[in-house]
Amino acid sequence: MPPTTLALRGIDYAILSIYFVFVLGIGWALKRHVKGSADFFLSGRSIPAWITGLAFLSANLGAQEVIGMAASGAQYGIMTSHFYWIGAIPAMVFLGIFMMPFYYGSKARSVPEYLKLRFDEKTRGFNALSFAVMTVFSSGISLYALAKLLEVLLGWNFNASVAISALIVLGYIFLGGLTSAIYNEVLQFFMIVFGFAPLAWLGLRDVGGWSALKTRLEAVAVEQHFAPGTWTQSWHHVARAADNPMGVEWFGLAMGLGFVLSFGYWCTDFLVVQRAMAANSMSAARRTPIIAAFPKMLFPFLVILPGMVAIALVRDPHSGLTLPTNPDGSTNFNMVIPQMLGHYFPPGLLGLGFTTLMASFMSGMAGNVTAFNTVWTYDIYQSYFAPNRSDRHYLHMGRIATVCGVLLSVGTAYFAAKFNNIMNLLQLVFAFVNAPLFATFLLGMFWRRTTGHGAFSGLVSGTALAAVHHGLTLPAGNVAGGVKGGWLGAVLHTYPSEMAQNFWTAIFAWTACFVVTVAVSLATRQRKTDAELTGLVYALTPRPAAAVEPWYERPVVLGGIALGATLLLNLAFA
Amino acid sequence: MNFDLRLPLGMIFSLFGAMLAVYGLTSDPAIYARSLGLDVNLIWGLVLLAFGLCMLLLSLRAARARTRGRPNA
Repeated sequence: MPPTTLALRGIDYAILSIYFVFVLGIGWALKRHVKGSADFFLSGRSIPAWITGLAFLSANLGAQEVIGMAASGAQYGIMTSHFYWIGAIPAMVFLGIFMMPFYYGSKARSVPEYLKLRFDEKTRGFNALSFAVMTVFSSGISLYALAKLLEVLLGWNFNASVAISALIVLGYIFLGGLTSAIYNEVLQFFMIVFGFAPLAWLGLRDVGGWSALKTRLEAVAVEQHFAPGTWTQSWHHVARAADNPMGVEWFGLAMGLGFVLSFGYWCTDFLVVQRAMAANSMSAARRTPIIAAFPKMLFPFLVILPGMVAIALVRDPHSGLTLPTNPDGSTNFNMVIPQMLGHYFPPGLLGLGFTTLMASFMSGMAGNVTAFNTVWTYDIYQSYFAPNRSDRHYLHMGRIATVCGVLLSVGTAYFAAKFNNIMNLLQLVFAFVNAPLFATFLLGMFWRRTTGHGAFSGLVSGTALAAVHHGLTLPAGNVAGGVKGGWLGAVLHTYPSEMAQNFWTAIFAWTACFVVTVAVSLATRQRKTDAELTGLVYALTPRPAAAVEPWYERPVVLGGIALGATLLLNLAFA
Repeated sequence: MNFDLRLPLGMIFSLFGAMLAVYGLTSDPAIYARSLGLDVNLIWGLVLLAFGLCMLLLSLRAARARTRGRPNA
C-alpha cells in the first residue's frame, strides 16, 4: 500500500512561505551582530539561558527524533519513553551540574579543543576528524529524508526539494552564524510543540482517551504474543528480553541506553554542547541542558503517543487510518506522523503541521552544519593548515566552511539515495567511535592522573572492541556478514533485537575504553602539570563561591527538580 | 545583544493564529469531518494567537524598560 499523498491548499502554502520568510529574516537581522569569528562560531557567549536551553533541545529534534520516536511508539509502545526518562534526562542533568563547569570554564571553543587542552593533539585530532565526517553525513541524511518526504507526500521534484531546503539552511547560517541557527532552533522548538500537539490531542480523543487506548493496545500486545500491558507499561516487562518487543532486559537498558549511549551522546556530542557553550555566563551554561530537560521529559506525549494511537487505530477497520507497507511487505512505521497529519488535519492546520515537519528536518541539518563549521575551522583548519592568521581570516573560513558543509550534505544526501547500505554502514562506524567517548571524558574530568596516551589508546581500543563485538554477534532474524553483524566469520551470540545488540555493543566499547585508559594512564607519565590542568579537572578546579543566584537559577536545585519529576513520570507509567 | 527573540516569535505566532482563526470562521465546515467534527483551525488559531500576543507583550515591556534605562529588565 503506498502512502496517502497530502493535498496542500493556498492557506497551507501561505503558512509554509511565511515561516521561511521569518527563518531567513532572523538570519538577516542577526547579520550585523557578526563582527568576528567568536560571534560566528560561539555567538560571542552572549545568549540567555532560556534560549540556549530550547536550542539545545531543538538541535537534536531532527528527523530521527520526530519520525523515529513515533515509529518506535507504534512498534514498541511506551517503552520508547526510556530514551527520555532513563536516557536523555539524567544525562542532561549530569552535563549541566558536573561537566559544564569544565567545558565552559576551560574557555575551549569546542569539544575537541577541550580534549586538546586536557590530553593532547592526537586525541583531539581523532575526535575532530570523526566528528566532522559524522556531522556531514547526519546532515545529508536529514536532507535526504526531507526531500524524500516532499517527493512522496506532495509529489515535489526530489532535486528541487534538496536544493530549496539546502539553500534555506545555508542562507540563515551564512548570514548569522551560530546565533542565527540557535534563534531559529527556538522558533523551530515552538513550531514543533504547536504543530504536533493537536496530533496527540485529536488522536487521543479519537481512540476515546487514555484508558480506551490502553484497552485497544492490549489487543495489539496479545496479538504479538506479549503480556497485555506491554505497550502501556514501561517497566513491567523488562525482567527478560523475551518479554517485550524491544528485546532488551533491564540491565542492557539501564547500562547500554541509560548510561553509555545517552551520557555519551548528550554529554560529549559537540552538536548539543555547542549550544550551552554559547550561553552568556557560567550559570546560564550550566542551566542550559537542565532547562532543556523540562520540555524534553514531556516530549514522549508529543512524539511517542501519536505512534501508540496509530498502531491502535490501524487495527480498527472503521478508523480509516492506514500505514503504508515497505516493498518487502512489512509495515512502514516511519510514515506514522505524515499519515496521521493527512488523516486528522484539515487545510490550515495541515499547513502548520507540514511546516513543522520541514522545520524539524531543517533544525537537525542546521545543528550539524554549525557544529561542522566550528570544528573544521578551529580544530582542523586553524590547528593543522593555517595557524596564527587574523580573526577576519577565520570568520571568512567559517563562512566558506558553511557553504562547503551544505554542499557536502547535498552530496551525502544523493549518496544516501543511491547507497542505502553504505549509509547504514557509516552510521555503524560512527556508533563505534562514539560509544567509548564518555569513558574518556569521565576519566579526563574526574581523575587527574589520566594521561594523553591513556585517553587515546582507550578510545582506539573501545572503538575496536565495538567493531569486534558487532562482527561476532547478530540480531535474531538477520543473515550474518552484512551491516547487521556477524561479519567476522563466526556468530558467538544472537541478540533478540537490533536494539539489544546496539546497547551491548555500547557497553563493551565503554568498558574497554575505561579499562584501557586506566591501565595505560598508570603505565605512562602525566605530561601535563597541575597548573595546566586547572579548570579542566575536578580536583584541580576551585569550587565556585557560594551561590548568589535565587534558588530557581541554581543548576543543582533545578537539576534535582528535573530528576524528581522524571522519577514520578517513570513511576506513573511503570 | 539587543535582539529580542520574543518579538519575531510573537509576530509569527500571532500571524499564524489570526490566519488559522479567520480561516476557521470562513471555511466550509465539511472539511472538519476528519478532525472529529471540531473546528480545529479556529480552536488552535486562538491558542497560537494567545501565545503570540503574550510574547509580543513581554517583548514590548522589555523594550520599554530598556528605553527607560533599566537594563536587564
